[in-house]
Amino acid sequence: MTLAIEALNVEKRYGALRALAGVSLEVAEGEFFGLLGPNGAGKTTLISIVAGLVRASAGKVRVMGADVIDDYRRARRMLGVVPQELVFDPFFTVRETLRFQSGYFGLRRNDAWIDELVEHLDLTSKADANMRTLSGGMKRRVLVAQALVHRPPVIVLDEPTAGVDVELRQVLWQFIRRLNRDGHTIVLTTHYLEEAQELCDRIAMLKAGRLVALDSTRNLLKAFSGVVLRLRLDHEALPEGLDAELLARDADRFTLELRDYGALEQVLHRLRESGASIRELELEPPDLEEVFLRVMARH
Amino acid sequence: MGSFPTLLYKELLRFWKVAFQTVAAPVMTALLYLLVFAYALEGRVRVYEQVSYAQFLVPGLVMMSVLQNAFANSASSLIQSKVTGNVVFMLLPPIGYVEFFGAYVLASVVRGLAVGAGVLAVTVWFVELQLAAPLWVLGFALIGAAILGTLGLIAGIWADKFDQIAAFQNFVILPLTFLSGVFYSIHSLPGPWQAASKLNPFFYMIDGFRYGFFGTSDFPPFASLAVVGVSLALLSAICLLLLRSGYKLRY
Ligand SMILES: Nc1ncnc2c1ncn2[C@@H]1O[C@H](COP(=O)(O)OP(=O)(O)OP(=O)(O)O)[C@@H](O)[C@H]1O
Ligand SMILES: [Mg+2]
Repeated sequence: MTLAIEALNVEKRYGALRALAGVSLEVAEGEFFGLLGPNGAGKTTLISIVAGLVRASAGKVRVMGADVIDDYRRARRMLGVVPQELVFDPFFTVRETLRFQSGYFGLRRNDAWIDELVEHLDLTSKADANMRTLSGGMKRRVLVAQALVHRPPVIVLDEPTAGVDVELRQVLWQFIRRLNRDGHTIVLTTHYLEEAQELCDRIAMLKAGRLVALDSTRNLLKAFSGVVLRLRLDHEALPEGLDAELLARDADRFTLELRDYGALEQVLHRLRESGASIRELELEPPDLEEVFLRVMARH
Repeated sequence: MGSFPTLLYKELLRFWKVAFQTVAAPVMTALLYLLVFAYALEGRVRVYEQVSYAQFLVPGLVMMSVLQNAFANSASSLIQSKVTGNVVFMLLPPIGYVEFFGAYVLASVVRGLAVGAGVLAVTVWFVELQLAAPLWVLGFALIGAAILGTLGLIAGIWADKFDQIAAFQNFVILPLTFLSGVFYSIHSLPGPWQAASKLNPFFYMIDGFRYGFFGTSDFPPFASLAVVGVSLALLSAICLLLLRSGYKLRY
């Protein structure tokens, strides 16, 4: 199995600040990988080191087996990065921007693929407009197209949906998912956790430059998040001995957390026994936001 | 060789799209210098026999425009990319540092020569010029523009803000060009100032360039060529080392 990204004890110091304090992780080829963490956790720093924009103070990083320093030409060819900041060159049009980006990779006859990108990202009507005249969301699309001009096997997206409307988000994820199905490795950072939960096979969580969780999305959900049960009863009290944790209550409304769906049976049984009857019932599946908050609270 | 043609083309297109500001405006400035100085000083200053002051002035103005614009091109292009952040688009692909250097400096040379040619084309309407040794003219223009393009690139790499480039331009480039003998022959200066002028590398660029027009100069042209040649080699080496190390570009 080839590793798309391999980071070994990566450290980055900015003066006294340790932006990364020894991070090791591996992303397998073909994975859809999520990199999560609060503001300032070091996500962008890690991505920048993978991309060769920032030099690690210690540690090694490889992209598709190529060291990002010693074999930088091969490593960079393998990687497409959508930067977090909305950057653009105000001198050029969308098409010029994409042609230049392609040319920087030594690809000078790439118009067919550029056209395809422009079309898939819904930029056709703006292809000859100056970058300055594009809206924020449109500029974001161009950034995505720029990252893909050289058809990199590994694609890193640093908060690609920040400030992007629902429609583009759908378009974007559809496109990224297709690339993933076609074998591209995707690494994504986002603060929209439902997005990460839906898309990512595996997730790493960073906090203050340290890796605090690294597992499949499914395992994380199992380990850190239960099923939330919302009840409205005809009683203002819950029976004793429920196999659940009371999270909140408001008069006859109760919010309980169950370990798993199996615990539901015991809860319903106890309610029936105590003579309480249910007026409303709602179940919420485990969610990544809960996992995230718990993991962050523990570290 | 991969990215060089694209990067060069991008740099050329960048200034060409705003040619009114990057080419026409400096030509206008040079023309104003010529009209004002030639009018004020004609007849009062005579540098060489057979050469009027206006004739003497034109090559200096041409070269001054070449140098200043070559510097402005690479410096402003790179600082703009750094400040706006779009420099990442050049840092993400596998662009070699020699290609990067070559593209930026060559584009600066083209801009410098375009402005120089513009100044020459406009001033010949007012002043009759001879061309004693055209190869010297071309040679010094090329090397001078390359030196300033390299210097601009170094300044762009080093600077974090526009004002630092402006300061470099106003406190280093402008004084050195003005005091290099564009408007006078250094032989008209008192001894110590003459000696000081010879420490100014810009003097050799202007003087050598002027030799190409009149066939006479303040300093032997081969010696000037050696000075500017060595300057170019030195600055290029510094610039290439900076680029290779990623200084101020890759943190
Ligand atoms: N060039 C720099 N100089 C000094 N400190 C820096 C620099 N770049 C980043 N940092 C610091 O490193 C830490 C990690 O920043 P980073 O941008 O990687 O966070 P992030 O996880 O991407 O956050 P966000 O979610 O806000 O994008 C922060 O404390 C930040 O202030
Ligand atoms: Mg970030």
